[in-house]
Amino acid sequence: MNRRHWLAGALVAVALASSPVQAQTTLRMTWYSDGNEGEVMRDLLNRFEAGNPGIKVVLDTVPFKAINENLPVQLAAGQGPDMARIVDFGGLAKFALDLRPHLANAPNWEQNFGPFLEWMREPGNTTAIPGYMTQLTVTGPLVNKTLFEQAGVAIPGPKATWDDWAKAAKAVADKVKAPYPVAFDRSGHRFFGLAVSQGAKMIGADGLPTPSDEGFRRAAQLIVDWHKSGVMSKELWGSVSGTAYRGANEEFKNAQVPFYLSGSWQIAQFDKTVGNAFDWIAAPTPCGPANCSGMPGGAGVIGIKATKHPAEVAKVMDFLASEPILSEFYARTLFVPGHIGIAKKGVAYRGASAQAAAALKVFGDAVGALDPAAYRIQGNAYSRIVFNAAISRIGQAVAGEITIDDAIKRIDADVAQQVAERNKK
Amino acid sequence: MSANGSPPRAIPRDSFASRLIEAVAGLADRPMAWIQHAVGGRGMAYVFLAPNILFFGLFVFLPIGINMAMSLTGGTNLFLSERPFVGGDHYRALMQCGSYLDPASCREDHFWKGVSNTLKFTLFQMVAMVGTALVTALVLNRKIRGRGFFRAVYFFPVLLSPVVVALIWKWILQRDGLLNGAITLAGGEKILFFVEPGWAMFWAVFVSVWAHMGFYTLILLAGLQAIPADLYEAAEMDGTKPMRVLTRITLPLLWPNLVVVLVLVLIKAVQTFDEVFVLTGGGPGTATLMVVQYIYETAFANQVQNFGLAAAASMLLGSLLFALTMLQLWIARRKAA
Repeated sequence: MNRRHWLAGALVAVALASSPVQAQTTLRMTWYSDGNEGEVMRDLLNRFEAGNPGIKVVLDTVPFKAINENLPVQLAAGQGPDMARIVDFGGLAKFALDLRPHLANAPNWEQNFGPFLEWMREPGNTTAIPGYMTQLTVTGPLVNKTLFEQAGVAIPGPKATWDDWAKAAKAVADKVKAPYPVAFDRSGHRFFGLAVSQGAKMIGADGLPTPSDEGFRRAAQLIVDWHKSGVMSKELWGSVSGTAYRGANEEFKNAQVPFYLSGSWQIAQFDKTVGNAFDWIAAPTPCGPANCSGMPGGAGVIGIKATKHPAEVAKVMDFLASEPILSEFYARTLFVPGHIGIAKKGVAYRGASAQAAAALKVFGDAVGALDPAAYRIQGNAYSRIVFNAAISRIGQAVAGEITIDDAIKRIDADVAQQVAERNKK
Repeated sequence: MSANGSPPRAIPRDSFASRLIEAVAGLADRPMAWIQHAVGGRGMAYVFLAPNILFFGLFVFLPIGINMAMSLTGGTNLFLSERPFVGGDHYRALMQCGSYLDPASCREDHFWKGVSNTLKFTLFQMVAMVGTALVTALVLNRKIRGRGFFRAVYFFPVLLSPVVVALIWKWILQRDGLLNGAITLAGGEKILFFVEPGWAMFWAVFVSVWAHMGFYTLILLAGLQAIPADLYEAAEMDGTKPMRVLTRITLPLLWPNLVVVLVLVLIKAVQTFDEVFVLTGGGPGTATLMVVQYIYETAFANQVQNFGLAAAASMLLGSLLFALTMLQLWIARRKAA
């Protein structure tokens, strides 16, 4: 090999080393999808990458279960992604990156995500900006209108109580032979959608959870009684143990459920999968003795503290949380906006059928009717500990293994033990 | 002997293949000679054992050690160095019971419910598994038509992943599944198998036996084929009744294989998790919650991932398994003696 060959080789090496491909930063975002939001996010990220050739974002789509079970272990081991879409804000707050120093316009973030940022911060922290909301969710009933019509039963009105709905749904199910008159997702969050209306507060003056108040007890009693009287089928709450989540999506899609207590995130999915098979509507949350409030919730994307590229992460987040991009995201995914500015202006949902648009309107209105206690519960760092303890023990009461009194004692003990364990330093 | 009965062809001494084999084998000669010189002839046994010991140490004994250390620490951090030492707190929490026979009286009631369910499952499954595998092996050892086909059919479920097995059976057993379809066709009422505790445990055992029986049948079949045929011929000439042949010839000579099967079935049953978890989710209530599911949920599924408590529970489970295996081997040796 002569000198000229050596020179040519060196030039090629220098050119490769200084090429854009070599300089590119790859970021990973762990993601889960209920509907089409993964596709929409990928499309938006492609747009970001086109404008920022130095940053590539890999979207790792995982099952929802992995977000709650595997991601925390990954993060604890320092092996997590750079960004993640999560729902357990309080539980993962200690792993969240404070984007504030890297953001182009931090006050804008505070203005539009302010109330939700409190959910994402560690207790005592009042300034961090860990991420943004991909959606605000509200629990509420989805009703199979066709089944009500076939049974000749009138759909209860806006201020109807839980009792009114339970009676109506049972009457429908008996007439049309539907196996699940009332179905609740087996989820603590959905249980609190009922419990708040019964007056549950869940949080003591010191900010620590006090699950077993009167409202909570009334809600637990209702769930158990409904199972005993056949208003609810044991197949969802009674057939599995522990904290396992069970949804009634399939049953609702198969027209086996007149009244399904779930939430706003189901709209896009049902709009697509139910199609013209039957008519369905979203109804306002039934009223209890305390109020007619459901539970707020939501999912958000946070930056991860362990990332090696905080500035690049903030750049991606700034892009995704910007008003035009986020507005498009909400419009294409049929999500209730978790951005105050966009919520005020309203979202022009794309491709939504008339019934999906009507359902979005009902859930949008429900946001305004949420009780302050519901926001406090959702924002409490220990809320998911209570949610999980509730479904585990009430599930046992539904299966007939323990009484309501025993279930509530166990919930108190489980929550106390887990709070103590989390606070061990 | 080769398949056609002729002796296998030896590799010609001066061929390329022969020289290649010699050259490759020769590479180890010098180092081995050097090691033998260093450790002596007796020490060579340990040299050959070393890779396996290293493998076991790294992947079995080290994790057991870490698990032990984890069980003595608390908090939610993952790394031992960041976890506070809590001594025997987790063990005390697990053992705190009014009565060990009543899981509801225990502080960690789900752990004891898991222990109770696992013992029930193990008992039922062992009897059903060993009984079915033995009968199947005895039948498949006879000269019946299609013997090869049936051997393959019984072994086929062993090849499936436990999750696949559980999903298949879940589809069969659910409200609108195949079995309920057949029941309603026959004029019966649908049965909610996963809502009734008795049915749920029955199907957990049944599915487990269905999925694994082929493997144990194979072990027993191998044992049956190793029994000399002349013993049966002698018994036949003496006019011995078939039941007596079974109890006096077959079962005693099959005993070593039966012990292997019993030990394997016991260990597998106590470790049961994936099939039952996917099939019943531990329900209804906690009717099929197994102790391994309790460990998994305590460590990973609960909101506060309590690795210390889960590690303590798995240490107790490991000790129980060790004790049971030792007991079983002791009984087997006594019987053999």
